[in-house]
Amino acid sequence: MLSRVAQNVYWMARYIERAEDTARLISVNDILLLDLPKNSLGWAPLLFMSGGQDQFFENNAEVNELNVIQFLVGDRKHSGSILSALSFARENLRTTRDVVPREAWEQINTLYMYVRDHLVIGMSRRGRHEFLRRILHGSQQITGLLAGTMSHTHAYDFVRLGRNLERADMTTRIVDVRSANLLIGQSQVQSQPTNAEQEQEGNPFDNIQWMSVLKSLGAYQMYRQQVRLRVRGPDVLRFLLQDPHFPRSVLHCQKELEISLKDLPKNDGPMECIAKMKQQLADAKITELASEGLHEFIDELQIGLGAIHDQLVTTYFDHV
Amino acid sequence: MAIDWQHYPTEGLYDELISAPGEPRPSAHWLCEYLASLSDEELNERRTAAELAIQVMGITFTVYYEGGSIDRAWPFDIIPRIIPKREWDHTEAGLKQRVQALNMFIDDLYHDQRIIKDKVFPADVLTDSVNFREQCVGITAPRGVWAHICGSDLVRDKDGTLYVLEDNLRIPSGVSYMLENRLVIKRVFPELFEHQLIQPVDDYSSQLYDMLASLSPRPGDNPAVVVMTPGIYNSAYFEHAYLAQQMGVELVEGSDLVVDDEDCVYMRTIEGLQRVDVIYRRVDDLFLDPEAFRPDSALGAAGLLRAWRSGKVALANAPGAGVADDKVVYAFVPDMIKYYLDQDPIIPNVPSFLCMRDKDREYVLANLDKLVVKPANESGGYGMMVGPHASSKDRKQFAELIKKNPRNYMAQPTLTLSSTPTLCGDHVEPRFVDLRPFILSGPKTYVTTGGLTRVALNKGSLVVNSSQGGGSKDTWIVDVEG
Repeated sequence: MLSRVAQNVYWMARYIERAEDTARLISVNDILLLDLPKNSLGWAPLLFMSGGQDQFFENNAEVNELNVIQFLVGDRKHSGSILSALSFARENLRTTRDVVPREAWEQINTLYMYVRDHLVIGMSRRGRHEFLRRILHGSQQITGLLAGTMSHTHAYDFVRLGRNLERADMTTRIVDVRSANLLIGQSQVQSQPTNAEQEQEGNPFDNIQWMSVLKSLGAYQMYRQQVRLRVRGPDVLRFLLQDPHFPRSVLHCQKELEISLKDLPKNDGPMECIAKMKQQLADAKITELASEGLHEFIDELQIGLGAIHDQLVTTYFDHV
Repeated sequence: MAIDWQHYPTEGLYDELISAPGEPRPSAHWLCEYLASLSDEELNERRTAAELAIQVMGITFTVYYEGGSIDRAWPFDIIPRIIPKREWDHTEAGLKQRVQALNMFIDDLYHDQRIIKDKVFPADVLTDSVNFREQCVGITAPRGVWAHICGSDLVRDKDGTLYVLEDNLRIPSGVSYMLENRLVIKRVFPELFEHQLIQPVDDYSSQLYDMLASLSPRPGDNPAVVVMTPGIYNSAYFEHAYLAQQMGVELVEGSDLVVDDEDCVYMRTIEGLQRVDVIYRRVDDLFLDPEAFRPDSALGAAGLLRAWRSGKVALANAPGAGVADDKVVYAFVPDMIKYYLDQDPIIPNVPSFLCMRDKDREYVLANLDKLVVKPANESGGYGMMVGPHASSKDRKQFAELIKKNPRNYMAQPTLTLSSTPTLCGDHVEPRFVDLRPFILSGPKTYVTTGGLTRVALNKGSLVVNSSQGGGSKDTWIVDVEG
């Protein structure tokens, strides 16, 4: 398989995953805010999760619902917006249309055009839910189409590599940003009268925020089945980082990366990076991290993900 | 009823489907009857279905603007153009004859130049040819074939005669649209295919693959065939990707290829370098190899020509094949057929006046308002003048151009072109069409079943190029006798 093509399908998969993850993020935040006291949490955390905060503040003075959603959904200048991600996915696929089943191309094309033509509805509060739902479904349809109709050869390995790296990246970002204020009892959202009993039960608003962390990763139901306890910070963290079965947990993504790499030639370099990450996940003491050092730990995971990406580039895409 | 053939105007036209108001030609009878049975609403539904199919299938072509380019949906008319099988069989024979003579001509030019020594073809036409490549002299092309893929444009005048208008021997495009048009029309009118009278077109890709594979310099079952594209900004990129996908081969860009010191061509893959045997190149000669041609080309791969010359890789079409793709050379094709094959041409040329001949030039200059003037080496309909539609300023300008460089211009009478019913709003009107069949020359010669019908969508226009307001139609070869 051509290096250039491998690179294109890899990025295509990353961008589709990015579009899906971003849609999920907005959708859950939207619903969460309805349950929280006014002016409590707002839309700023989403900027940090998407990693686009610096760019946002270059062009926007105020963090409000409309600005943030516009930035995350329809801003062509922002490479992390859903519209940009889909348009990049499309461009990457356009140049590699010969290796991907044409239904996938039709599907991406359709999804891109839908988003492009429905931005106004997507901005409105009432239309937003349906708009985001279609993006989620559209992205998953593409993922399913590829799984079901594309031969599982090297090209598909690169699709999976792209998808799982992006997915792990998003999970770590969400955990990082959301837990920063939740874990150490510094939630910005205070319920007014606090008594001892409530202290022990945890702040009710904390609770729904943890639930929203799970929901933004589509993980709530699976968490419930797996953990069977009330939603508590450290358990949620453990689930999202170390659960071996949930497809968006970092550990699961790591395993997927390992499997996708297995059949690729010259995989020593990237495999080494993945092994390092595996070790790091295995060694993590979640209960301790929950009270201290989580941010540093996530930082390290993200550096690991970056290193895997760099290895793929030098091994497969950019070699001479 | 939306379509009423009684009111379809055919006066002064040769229409492909309707011979006189209310009278469809025998091969089109059932189609016309069917179309007339559709209500306005049904007809509209069909048109919308086609538009949707084209959008969803992503059938596009690229148009350039200053500073950018954009993908446009492929303009398509749902009413097919029909050619009776018996007529097509005759045309097919004519195309094979023509391409065979053209290949012999190219091979001759790069070797003994017998046709010049025998004074059938003038030496100075060759001297001034911009597509003759010194680098190709003396090269032995397998089976003497240089133009493996040829796209010849056919037009019909109002008396019904079919002519060859030009032969595209460099990098003819359009075949993917021919294939896609059929897919679209199957989605739109599935019921019409139940009759099984329409000849299929789909085997082009496998014919193309077989022909390319036969060129491999290394014997073996699995030659590495690739399609080489200039990239996504090329107007035919869609087609390059499409053909690679249909053949199951890699679509490479120049930067994916390397030529080593042994003159072998490799592509960069995730496993390292991998040998390439056959390149279906959709990059122009001059951009193919910065080492041999334009040094500033970023689209090619350095050393390709060297690899081809030493027989380590096959290029289709061969470099230099474009020497016969010249509107002045075109005028000599009937003579070539006589000279090389000792046969009479089956399909005639459009009568042509060569400005390099004093007598012809005088005639052309005196009749600029009646003639179509074409430069020898442009394609896509650029740089030409349609006399009857040109302003006197344009005509004056072309008179100067002709006087300055007579070798580079030729002229033909303005043909009416045949028309075919085309959906315009909620009714049908005649629009002018041409036809581009594709001919593959390998161990055997293969001609597409029909070809790409291009239609001038603007009323009265004769320009069918998609870059200038043209669209296309599905082309049906229909066997009404069998």
